[in-house]
Amino acid sequence: MGRYIVRRLLISIPLLLVISFLTFILINLSPHDPAELVLQAQEVPVITEELLVQTREELGLDQPFLVQYIEWAVACLRLDFGESYVTGKPVWSILGPAFFNTLKLTLVSVAVIVLLSIALGVICALREGRLVDKSVRGISFFLTSMPSYWLAALMIWYFSVKLDLLPTSGMDSLASYVLPVIVIAISYAGIYFRFVRSAMISNLNEDYVLYGRACGLPEKKITKHILKNSLQVSVSVFCMAIPIILGSTVVVENVFAWPGLGSLSVKSILSRDFPMIQAYVLVLAVAFVLFNTLSDIINAVINPKLRNDL
Amino acid sequence: MTMLRNIWKDKLAAISLSILAIVLTAGIFAPLFAPHDPNEVNMKLRYAASSWEYLLGNDHLGRCILSRLIYGIRPSVLWVLAALAGSVMLGTAVGFVAGFFRGKVDAALMRVCDVMLSFPGYVMTLAIVGIMGVGLENILAAFILTKWAWFARIIRTSVLQYAESEYVRFAKAAGAGSFHIIRRHIIPVTASDVAVVASSSFGSMILQISGFSFLGLGVQAPTAEWGMMLNEAREVMFSRPELMLAPGLTIIIVVSAINFLSDSLQAALDPKLRTSTSKAAEQTSAVSAKQLLGREVA
Repeated sequence: MGRYIVRRLLISIPLLLVISFLTFILINLSPHDPAELVLQAQEVPVITEELLVQTREELGLDQPFLVQYIEWAVACLRLDFGESYVTGKPVWSILGPAFFNTLKLTLVSVAVIVLLSIALGVICALREGRLVDKSVRGISFFLTSMPSYWLAALMIWYFSVKLDLLPTSGMDSLASYVLPVIVIAISYAGIYFRFVRSAMISNLNEDYVLYGRACGLPEKKITKHILKNSLQVSVSVFCMAIPIILGSTVVVENVFAWPGLGSLSVKSILSRDFPMIQAYVLVLAVAFVLFNTLSDIINAVINPKLRNDL
Repeated sequence: MTMLRNIWKDKLAAISLSILAIVLTAGIFAPLFAPHDPNEVNMKLRYAASSWEYLLGNDHLGRCILSRLIYGIRPSVLWVLAALAGSVMLGTAVGFVAGFFRGKVDAALMRVCDVMLSFPGYVMTLAIVGIMGVGLENILAAFILTKWAWFARIIRTSVLQYAESEYVRFAKAAGAGSFHIIRRHIIPVTASDVAVVASSSFGSMILQISGFSFLGLGVQAPTAEWGMMLNEAREVMFSRPELMLAPGLTIIIVVSAINFLSDSLQAALDPKLRTSTSKAAEQTSAVSAKQLLGREVA
C-alpha cells in the first residue's frame, strides 16, 4: 500500500511541472506587453520607451526565458507569486484569503451535495420506476438545466428581499452560507444523485443480493450491503467534486459577492492583472491534481484490486 | 432512420426535438422571425408590459424583449453549437489516431490529454479570457481548447474497444488499409458514442456561455445574448424582477430540451439499453461516470 501511494505521488510530479510551465507561458501568449500594462495600471500618464525598458528590467522580463521560468517557479514554491499589477501588493496576500473563503464554501457545499445525493440516490434506486423515482428525476432534470445565477437571483429576490430572512451577499455570518450553498448544491446534486442511483441499481442485480435473499436475509441488511458497495464506487466521484466545484464557483460567488477566488478572478481579468490571473490558474490546477491523486489513493485503500494498476 | 424513429416514439424526446428545431430555425433566420430590430431603443416604452405589438414587453432601454431573445439564439446556441462541433472534431481526430495506432503515438497524445484535463474547465476558460481579453470569440476558442481532450479520451476508449473486435481483425487479415477500416468499420460504430457525449455537454456549454456573458466576460453590450439580458435585468432585479423571467425561462427550456434529447439519444443508440435490464443498469452507470467528469454546471 505504501508503495502504491509513493508511486502515485511521484507520477503527479511531472504533471505539476508541465502545468506550472504552461501557466507561466500563458502570459507570454498575451497580445499585450506586461510592462505597458503595469504602467497603465499605475496610471502613469505618458509611457515612454525609457520607462518601458526600466519596467521590463524591474519585472525581470529582460532575462532569458528559461531563467525567468525557473526563478518564477522557485518563488511560487514559497507562495511568492509576485506583485499585483494593479495594487502593487503581494499576490498571495490577496489570493490566499480568497482561496480559503472559496474552500470553505466548497467544502460545505460538497458535504450537502454528498448527503443529498446519497439520500435521493438510495430512495430512487429502491423505488426504481415508481412515482418517487420518476418525479425526483424529473425535477432534478429541470434544476440542472437552470442557470445557477438565475436561480441565485430568484432566491435573493425571494428570501432576502421579500421575506428578509437571509443576507443578500457577503460572508459575514453562518447565514451567508445558506443561499450560495443551496444554489451550488441544487446544480450539482441533480447530477451526482444519478450516479449513486445507477450504482445502487447495478448492485441490485448482483448475485450476492440474490444469494442474500435466498438465504433469507432481511431486506434491510441486504440494502446495507448494496449501499456499502455502491458508495465505494461513488467515493472517487465525490472526491473529484471538491476540485471541480472549487473551480466553478465563479458565477455563484459573483452573484452573492462572496469574497473568494471567483470574484477575485473576474475582477483580475477585467483589470488585466496578469500575476493574479497566473497565480489563480496555478493554484487551482495544482489543487485539481492533488485532489485527483488523493481520490486515487482513497480508492486504492478501499479497493485493493486497483493497487496493481500502477 | 430507425434511430430517428425510436426517438420519435418517445413523446418527450419528440417534443424536445421540435423545440430545438424551432429554436435553431428561428436563430438562423432571426431577421424573419423577430418582430422588431433588437437594438432599436425607444425610451418611451421603458419597462413597458407586454402588448400585442411587443409580446414580451420592453427592457430598460425600451427594446423589444422577444426580438432580443430571438437574436440571442445566435451567440447563445448557434455559436455554442459551432464551438462544440469544433472541439468534437478535434477530439475525435485525436481519439481515433490514439486508439487505432496505439503505441508511442497513443502514449504521447494521452499525456497531452492528461495535462489538458488537469486544468479544471472553468479555470482554463477564465485563464484564456484573462489573457486574450473578454469577448465571445475568446470564450468559444477557450471551449474548443478545453473540451477536446475530454472527447479524445472517450473516443479513444470506444475505438480501442472496437479495434479489438473480430470483424476489424478480419478486415485487417483480409488486407484492408487502415483508412478503409476506420471509415467503414470504426466510424459508424463509434458515431453513437460521439453523439451521446457531444449532446450531453451541449447543454452545459450553453449554461456556461450565458454565465460568462452574465459576468460581463463574454458577449458585450449592446449585442443581444441571453446571459447578457439577464445581466442587464439584474440591475433592476429588486424593482422589476419580471425582466429576469423571459431570458431565464428560455435558457431552461432549451437546456432541458437538449438534456432530454441527449438521454433518449443514449437510449435509442444503445441497443443494450433496450434489451436486458441488468445490462442496462451497468451501461447507464458507465456512461454517467463518463459524463460526470466532463460536466460542469454553470
